[in-house]
Amino acid sequence: MLREMLRVRRFEERCVELYSAQRIRGFMHLYVGEEAVAVGVCDALDPQDAVVSTYREHGHALARGMPMESLMAEMFGKVTGCSRGRGGSMHLFDVARRFYGGNAIVGGGLPLAVGLALADRMRGQTRVTTCFFGDGAVAEGVFHESMNLAALWRLPVLFVCENNLYAMGTALARHQAQTDLALRAAGYGMVSWAVDGMDVDAVASAARRAVALVRSGTGPCFLEMRTYRFRAHSMYDSDRYRDKAEVEAWKQRDPLPALALRLRADGSLDDETWQAMEAEVAREVDAAVEAAEAAPTEPVEDLTRFVRSESAPS
Amino acid sequence: MTTTTLTSYRVAVREALREAMHRDERVFLMGEDVGAYGGSFGVSLGLLEELGPERVRDTPLSEAAFVGAGIGAAIGGMRPVVEVMTVNFSLLALDQILNNAATLLHMSGGQVNVPLVVRMTTGGGRQLAAQHSHSLEGWYAAIPGLTVLAPATVADARGMLWPALLDPDPVLIFEHGGLYNVEEPLADDAGPVDITRAAVRRPGTDVTLIAYGGTLSVALAAADLLADDGVDAEVVDLRVLRPLDDETVVGSVRRTHRAVVVDEGWRTGSLAAEVSARITEQAFYDLDAPVQRVCSVEVPMPYARDLEQAALPQPGRVVDAVRAVVG
Ligand SMILES: Cc1ncc(C[n+]2csc(CCOP(=O)(O)OP(=O)(O)O)c2C)c(N)n1
Repeated sequence: MLREMLRVRRFEERCVELYSAQRIRGFMHLYVGEEAVAVGVCDALDPQDAVVSTYREHGHALARGMPMESLMAEMFGKVTGCSRGRGGSMHLFDVARRFYGGNAIVGGGLPLAVGLALADRMRGQTRVTTCFFGDGAVAEGVFHESMNLAALWRLPVLFVCENNLYAMGTALARHQAQTDLALRAAGYGMVSWAVDGMDVDAVASAARRAVALVRSGTGPCFLEMRTYRFRAHSMYDSDRYRDKAEVEAWKQRDPLPALALRLRADGSLDDETWQAMEAEVAREVDAAVEAAEAAPTEPVEDLTRFVRSESAPS
Repeated sequence: MTTTTLTSYRVAVREALREAMHRDERVFLMGEDVGAYGGSFGVSLGLLEELGPERVRDTPLSEAAFVGAGIGAAIGGMRPVVEVMTVNFSLLALDQILNNAATLLHMSGGQVNVPLVVRMTTGGGRQLAAQHSHSLEGWYAAIPGLTVLAPATVADARGMLWPALLDPDPVLIFEHGGLYNVEEPLADDAGPVDITRAAVRRPGTDVTLIAYGGTLSVALAAADLLADDGVDAEVVDLRVLRPLDDETVVGSVRRTHRAVVVDEGWRTGSLAAEVSARITEQAFYDLDAPVQRVCSVEVPMPYARDLEQAALPQPGRVVDAVRAVVG
């Protein structure tokens, strides 16, 4: 899991450089500080499980096993990108890995996850659909509709709320009447609990418990991940709505060094392994950038492809 | 020689649903009151007893969630038919229809198909006032990524669902609320119909009346009135509101040289506006007169009968519009 968190961190750090160099454009939302959530949760999932994500999904996509090359190429808008350059940072898709986006409508993915779970239930599959969303989504009507539907029909959905305390610039207490989000879910008769989202072990063990519960058929589960984003909401955000001191305090709890420290303490990580890991990840990032630079874009003649399917009705 | 049975539009839709659910176990119906209640328009009456609550699913009042769940289920390998009570309520699910159903295939670079069918009631004429009577299908017809169908006949009500379910992409079917009680002879072996073409419902030589869904009967009634006056009107039923079948429409106008579009939507930004523009773009030099439009008056639909009837396209208004173009 250390390696996975490092991949997400280094990938995004490179994305920032490329964004400044204008190689990557558009809205880009970074996950720095929240890596333990994606990595811990995805660690608990089986390959046949599904993931529905948000616009802040680089971490989810990488942790789900999507190749870094296809992500980077997508950021560049290249045809080799996972969405053939039509999605960009906010719309990463990989159906083969059951990764269903990349949704830039806050709360928009929630009913999709409910429907994927419904399909699994109706087809007799014991798969789990995991839906990531932020604390901001909890205020949307579709959140409540989706929670109600999933609980009513006891569907196999794992709701993972990434409570990073802010919806863009609006602090949790300024947008939620009830700031204990796990409590809100409990109101739907759903098993729910809050987890320290800065501790990847805590995340992974909570996720394993929740996934097992969901898979057993008792209905959906809700995990409130208490986490924090170290960087601004997006590349366009000057981050004036929160204290520097608050950010610094959370950085002291950076999940990456925290895990490294623990692994060193129990003797399973030494300098050499760490450096080798760093070097390997750096090579992976370099290779992804190189491939993205070299890749072609979709020809403009193909602009209108994928509006409707090319396959004839069967 | 095939035999026919007098069949209502409502029963035709029901039979289409029943057949689809028996043909393919992935097909299921979901929506508000589709089960125990039998559908708010009685379309699904009896289907719950026949197919069970898994296949005929009552949902909570939550348009965004159950339409979105339909999208998710379609992605997950099922073939959901989602019923939304009326197009007015579908606005609560517009985000899901536009931002997900219509968009996922493109945004994912061709990976995510959404083989979903959404059925909803549209239209006025039943004194249900402004929040239950509007004709917004033209708005949906403006969205790339969707197919929009408007069955105006019992045969189309019977035959459009199955091909819609075979489509790998989302299809919206608009059923005009005034049509459910209409009865027409239906062939006992009636099956799927072509969902790509408009249809000439009445051939004629002097003017083309273009209508769809609830306005087809208005256009046909106008054509009868015109015939008494010696004007021979051709009536084209669009049937498919997106993608529009320009060939049939423009082909007819090239023969008659005059066109009147009859649309229950509001005139401004209407489907009628789109059809009119296409005729002008493609057949300008064949026209003997400007294209006319008969649409709903631009008011929220009133309750009072006289006001409502005055707001809706009526055969008399169509006749007047035709008189203006037939010199
Ligand atoms: C429906 C909708 N409203 C507004 C926005 C603009 N917007 C984008 S992100 C965001 C904040 C969401 O915060 P949260 O759900 O907590 O997720 P986070 O960004 O913190 O991960 C807003 C308001 C949007 N994308 N979608």
